[in-house]
Amino acid sequence: MKKMIALALACALSATLLAGCAMDDPQSSGASESTSGVGSGKREVNICSWGEYIDTSLIAQFEEETGIKVNYQTTDSNETLYNLLETTGWSGFDVVVPSDYMISQLIEEGRLAELNYDNIPNFAKIDDRFKNLSYDPENKYTVPYTWGTLGIIYNTQRVTEPVTWDLMFDPDHAGDVLMIRNSRDAFGIALMSLGYSVNTTNEEEIRQAYERVAQANKDGVYQAFVMDEVFQLMESGSAAASTYYAGDYLSMLEANPDLAYAVPESGSNWFVDAMCVLKDAKNKDEAEEWINFLCSTEASLANMDYIWYASPNKEALEKYPEYYEETYGEPLDEELYEIMAAPQGVLDRCEAYLVLPAETRTLYNDLWTQLGVAG
Amino acid sequence: MNLGSRPGVLGRVFTALVFLFLYLPIFLLIIFSFNAGSSSAVWQGFSLRWYEELFQDRLIINGVYTTLVVSLLATAIATVAGTFAAIGFYNMRRRWREPLLVVNNIPMINADIVTGVSLCLFFVASFGAWNGFVTWMENTYRLTAPRLELGFVTLLIAHVSFNIPYVVLAIMPKLRQMDKNLIDAAQDLGCTWMQAFWKVVVPEIKPGIVNGMLIAFTMSVDDFVISYFTAGPKTSTLAMVIYSMTKKRVNPKINAVSTLLFGAVLLLLIIVNVRQVRQEKAAKRK
Amino acid sequence: MRNKLSWFAVPYVVWMALFTVAPVVMVVIYAFTTSTGGFTLDNFARMGDFAVVFARSFQMALIATLICLLIGYPLSYFMAKEGPSFQKVATVLIMLPMWMNFLLRTYAWVSILENNGLLNRLFAAIGIIDLGNLINGGLNSLCAWLNSGVLDWLNGMLGTEFVLNTARATDMTYFRMLYTQGAVVLGMVYNYLPFMVLPIYSVIVKLDNSLLEAARDLGASSSRVFRKVIFPLSLPGVLSGVTMVFVPSVSTFAISKMLGGGTKLLLGDLIELQFLGGAYNPYLGSAISLVMMVIVVVCMYVMNRFGEGEEQAVML
Repeated sequence: MKKMIALALACALSATLLAGCAMDDPQSSGASESTSGVGSGKREVNICSWGEYIDTSLIAQFEEETGIKVNYQTTDSNETLYNLLETTGWSGFDVVVPSDYMISQLIEEGRLAELNYDNIPNFAKIDDRFKNLSYDPENKYTVPYTWGTLGIIYNTQRVTEPVTWDLMFDPDHAGDVLMIRNSRDAFGIALMSLGYSVNTTNEEEIRQAYERVAQANKDGVYQAFVMDEVFQLMESGSAAASTYYAGDYLSMLEANPDLAYAVPESGSNWFVDAMCVLKDAKNKDEAEEWINFLCSTEASLANMDYIWYASPNKEALEKYPEYYEETYGEPLDEELYEIMAAPQGVLDRCEAYLVLPAETRTLYNDLWTQLGVAG
Repeated sequence: MNLGSRPGVLGRVFTALVFLFLYLPIFLLIIFSFNAGSSSAVWQGFSLRWYEELFQDRLIINGVYTTLVVSLLATAIATVAGTFAAIGFYNMRRRWREPLLVVNNIPMINADIVTGVSLCLFFVASFGAWNGFVTWMENTYRLTAPRLELGFVTLLIAHVSFNIPYVVLAIMPKLRQMDKNLIDAAQDLGCTWMQAFWKVVVPEIKPGIVNGMLIAFTMSVDDFVISYFTAGPKTSTLAMVIYSMTKKRVNPKINAVSTLLFGAVLLLLIIVNVRQVRQEKAAKRK
Repeated sequence: MRNKLSWFAVPYVVWMALFTVAPVVMVVIYAFTTSTGGFTLDNFARMGDFAVVFARSFQMALIATLICLLIGYPLSYFMAKEGPSFQKVATVLIMLPMWMNFLLRTYAWVSILENNGLLNRLFAAIGIIDLGNLINGGLNSLCAWLNSGVLDWLNGMLGTEFVLNTARATDMTYFRMLYTQGAVVLGMVYNYLPFMVLPIYSVIVKLDNSLLEAARDLGASSSRVFRKVIFPLSLPGVLSGVTMVFVPSVSTFAISKMLGGGTKLLLGDLIELQFLGGAYNPYLGSAISLVMMVIVVVCMYVMNRFGEGEEQAVML
């Protein structure tokens, strides 16, 4: 171990070059502890959301209007969000934006604070079909933020056959497919391709789904497991097919017109992501103010235009084609609008994720680890 | 040292190729920071737009700021603490010194991820216990105390912890080179041990201290893994910001921030060297 | 205590107890705990499942270390042979990238290695990809010819079913480089090469002149001087270089995530997955960390013993 001294010696050589240079003057940095300060009297709100999931100018606008400092962080999936919170002791964030099934789990574990809807008058603007959903039946904890479908994004130059879930496991496209990097969606895709329910708790079915993904991974079907890396890889044409969310497809389409999106006929998943406040949140009032701000019609329209995810704000959703035409001077393609805001016919063949019992979740975790191990 | 003849053409070509390998990716990174388009592979004309956007990106700017503050503070603390520790170790009996030096080496031998994970577990568990205690106090005695969470302070503690061992290691050899009787002599001549420390020991080991400081700073700036596990959800160093950015689209703002960093370091080195050359010339004239 | 100066270490000893020893103890405790808080050995019982990952990580880290050594040793040697001002500049040039964060250095390679990245564009422009297609096509027809001729006859004779692959891609528009294990090894080599060069160089440059002169005076050829004197004496540098490249390589997760695509986990990925990744299980994560820690420490201990033996042999 003492051989490590060699590094010190090596650095000594360059130190002779730097000798006499007092470059790290500790005095100069003494006054900067404010970064750690909890902000005495200064209002702030700490948000953890997904990447590419907000029109960033809205943050600045909110800060300007309210004087509340927004600390905006991102993570990439419900599972990583949960693990981040669990690993760091459920402190630090005020607002999180998990999906339906994760919300149920957080409510079940008593991690969320009940909201004071008096502080969120804009909640009235939310379409009734997005209220009192099964993850929050009495609507005490959540305000929906976006909704949409999970589907297959593919490059029409390279995928010419009809698109079904089997495409995600097809050795003919070895090295060209991107698999999603979270256990719920990845195993969900495999379950759907096998004709099982995404909410099955039958261990045998889940293991079959695992085998399907693992076999494809072994066959070299997957170029990579991705979350938001998918943008770069699909836009540049590096990959031919991936499973991701409708809104993100529309963002990619702006950069690469060869891309197409399909919700397989056999069905898919539809989701609602909703804003909630953590139980130990230090800035609950600010958090509610933020939530109220984001569900205003103006903010919802701006957001929809930027991230292409459908808003649950009824007025905004209906007005969006009009807003688009005003902004860009050309009508919004009906087909694109229907991809963003899936019509009832599409939703009818989709299934929402429900929270799984603890033992099934453990199984998912173990299989997910096993997947990368087998490689 | 004289290794015989200078390297031949082949040797020089080899050296040049290795340096090309080391620097070509960095130069490409720099070139594409001036690209007008958002691609990192297709040149679409010269522009400074990514620098403009960089300075408006609060996440990156905060990241740079946090990195600088934590590196400088951790270097300063580790240099002072490490100097004292090294002197203390050196003056200990072997029986005490050897095991303590082994413990000192743990953060260097351990993989970064193990150090990071272990600190994270430790912080979260002890903060959990403390916060539970505070809640209990509040409920039973109506007394309160601040609750603790991962953040800048834990990040700083982690950096100090992995920096001190390098400082100690850099200073120990200088202490060994020092004449053992110097301290005794100073004390015999009427120095208090405090004076002996400031007037005798510190000047002797100054090169070691400077080395240690430099290594500590380098390690702090280069670190990602340990910060990732100890900074908590709200605080982000530049490396953490970049890590989350690389999960999305290729983003030339990253190229721009790299260019600025590279330029800053290069400028610093040039200034130091020019100053040194001048000093040497001045010394020669005398 | 020899004198009062030894008390200077007390604050740091307390610090170490808190922030070095206690955290390691935490890892040990977690490794033997179930999610409900009871004692268990299950986390270690599962280690067999992860043998593949251990093997993969050690293999890739070893390859990276070997490449670093093969590049780093000659480089240090040639550097040491140059004049002092060249040496100064070269040392600084090797240190300089370390002041940019290693994630930035890794990121630089993403856009180079991508399917539509700089390297593939270069290859396409100078016709290397067409050449690759041509070679594959040639190999395909050669294999087809062998299949229908020699192998058919051989299979008929022996009753076997040997068939050569004739389906090599001939319509490649790029080489797949990003998201391969090769890319991960490249990332390790690129990031950790300075850790190999600096220790070796600093040992070679400090070698005792008189030893070399003595060897030459005694008639040893320069290659013999290198083999018998310079190389053995530089071994301590090699050993510390090897450790400093191997340990971060075997435990990395950022490099494998950015350049490897996550389809084949390395040890670092596996540990990160249990804490901040997609499969929360800090108990298992701690157990894996602990096992990795023990293996690394044992490897280094053995290597250093071996190294010290060499050193003494040289002295004799």
